Amino acid sequence: MTKLITTLLAAFLYAGTAMAASTNVLLAQSEANVSDEASLQRGASLYFNYCAGCHSIKYMRYTRIASDLNLSEDQLMNNLVFTGAKPGDLVTAAMPESSADWFGAAPPDLSLTARSRGSDWIYSYLKAFYVDPSRPLGWNNTVFPAASMPNVLWDRQGIQTLATHGDEGGHGMRLEDQFELAVEGTRTAAQFTQDARDITNFLTYVGEPAALQREKYGIWVFFYLLLLTGLLYVLKHEYWRDVH
Amino acid sequence: MAGERTSTATGILGWFDQRLPVVDFWNKHVGQYYAPKNFNFWYYFGSLALLMLVNQIVTGIWLTMHYKPTEAEAFASVEYIMRDVPWGWLIRYMHSTGASFFFAVVYLHMFRALIYGSYQKPRELIWVLGMFIFLALMAEGFLGYVLPWGQMSFWGAQVIVSLFGAIPWIGPDLVIWIQGDFLPSDATLNRFFALHVIAMPLAILLLVVLHLAALHEVGSNNPDGVDIKKVKDASGKPLDGIPFHPYYTVKDMFGAGVLLCLFAAVIFFEPTFGGQFLEHDNFIEANPMVTPEQIKPVWYYTPYYAMLRAVPDKLMGVVVMGAATMIFFLLPWLDRSPVRSIRYRGPLTKAAISLFVISFLVLAVLGSRSGGGIAETWLARVCTFIYFSFFILMPIYTKMDRVKPVPERVTMHD
Repeated sequence: MTKLITTLLAAFLYAGTAMAASTNVLLAQSEANVSDEASLQRGASLYFNYCAGCHSIKYMRYTRIASDLNLSEDQLMNNLVFTGAKPGDLVTAAMPESSADWFGAAPPDLSLTARSRGSDWIYSYLKAFYVDPSRPLGWNNTVFPAASMPNVLWDRQGIQTLATHGDEGGHGMRLEDQFELAVEGTRTAAQFTQDARDITNFLTYVGEPAALQREKYGIWVFFYLLLLTGLLYVLKHEYWRDVH
Repeated sequence: MAGERTSTATGILGWFDQRLPVVDFWNKHVGQYYAPKNFNFWYYFGSLALLMLVNQIVTGIWLTMHYKPTEAEAFASVEYIMRDVPWGWLIRYMHSTGASFFFAVVYLHMFRALIYGSYQKPRELIWVLGMFIFLALMAEGFLGYVLPWGQMSFWGAQVIVSLFGAIPWIGPDLVIWIQGDFLPSDATLNRFFALHVIAMPLAILLLVVLHLAALHEVGSNNPDGVDIKKVKDASGKPLDGIPFHPYYTVKDMFGAGVLLCLFAAVIFFEPTFGGQFLEHDNFIEANPMVTPEQIKPVWYYTPYYAMLRAVPDKLMGVVVMGAATMIFFLLPWLDRSPVRSIRYRGPLTKAAISLFVISFLVLAVLGSRSGGGIAETWLARVCTFIYFSFFILMPIYTKMDRVKPVPERVTMHD
């Protein structure tokens, strides 16, 4: 019996490592942390200034963002709402749907991108734009090759070119080693890293706003259940005294 | 008056008892249902499966209040539940995590029956009814997985429904009949919703009632495989039996507490379980024009999916996959051992069960991977071969195997 359990455990452990090994895309760590409220606020500001013109987050309401990020209605309407939307509206893009082919492909809704592609992917994508004259808009991206989108953050980041390592596209290379900065931006490298992190953090929150409540209540639920289970064990032990 | 019973109960209970056999029912199934006193860890999973069933039904009812079963609205309505419905996220995670926990608990419950010979005479029908529950649960899980209408919902439905297309002659028409369209669409989603929330739950509930009725008729097996009804005291109560209530009600409540701790840990801290319980691709709305890089089922179907892929011919693959689930039905008649429990069985049976479990787990891993390589395909074939050999050779090795003497009375380990 013990041998059987050991065998089972070994098999499960093998299963775990096999599954972990199945992803092999080299992405930088976003270190997204949705409990960092200041980062979420900065991320929201950057998102509505740089991204929201084309990318909707159509499952999200303005009011929900304001209440989760501790923003007043004035702060919300003055700093984040540029489309004439009402506070209770869903966040649609300013760009009309008929202009979907402006860049060759319709800009996707970003409500769930953090859940489908992951936070690390968004963070790496934001930092992986480089100048490529062969592309229609002059920009390419190593994380998402042949992306239709230009680097909208170029004034902050500066302009990157592909580093000449001989390795085309920089596959298997660390993100930072793939590029050289040709033109300085308004932000230092460290500041831009923080920008990318803040936007990623905001989109991670947008992917699952419930994450804020989930972890807050989770602790209490878990410890309540643990206590209850402890009491139930004592109860069981008491009843079973005469069986043993 | 003819047929009038006299109830020992008085007051309100007496009033009811004269009109409905509540006292008899309670005594027969709980208060004076004698269960062996030596149940161990493996015996928690029956009551836990019931707990998960209740969880699925209750959370399912609440999800139904906000979910829209249409191609245009399904995906958005799930996000509406996750964001705008108060506590909707909790209900949804309880349901999605509950599905995985339900399968985990049911697999462990089946494994228990396997190692202690709980399917042997006179419990064949309990096993057969349980297998029907398992099949109904697989159908229920699949139907439910389609409802959020994400990419995996759509393409999973497409792959699974197309399996029916492998049936000669009627296959292609059958697929259209099942889908109500030429590909999974609004019509498919709508009927899958009907089957998921009404047809399958009713079938599962009925089967659970029959499963329990059959169990209480013949009595529970135990880790020693000893028949506790053979040794009784002067009043006719089994010496090794204890009343289900209060002994097993308090014990199962403790088990439920442990399970709920794990359940809460997943729901509140890792609800997607690393993409295993809720898959990343299912956060993208269904798009018939874009095939995902990898179409794979949720973890609880992967052993059977691996078998399907390991067979080169589509029809044969479907037959193998179907046979792999159906062959469990024959277990009570394949086992020729004179003893029930693994404790008194010989090395052949122990080796066979170990190999079976390993092959099942390896298949589960292989089915969750993209599965391109020839080495993986052959590994899946070898495991499929072991899986079937476990059943087909069972009459031989269980008969040949040497067995230890079974004690008269149960042994207590804890």
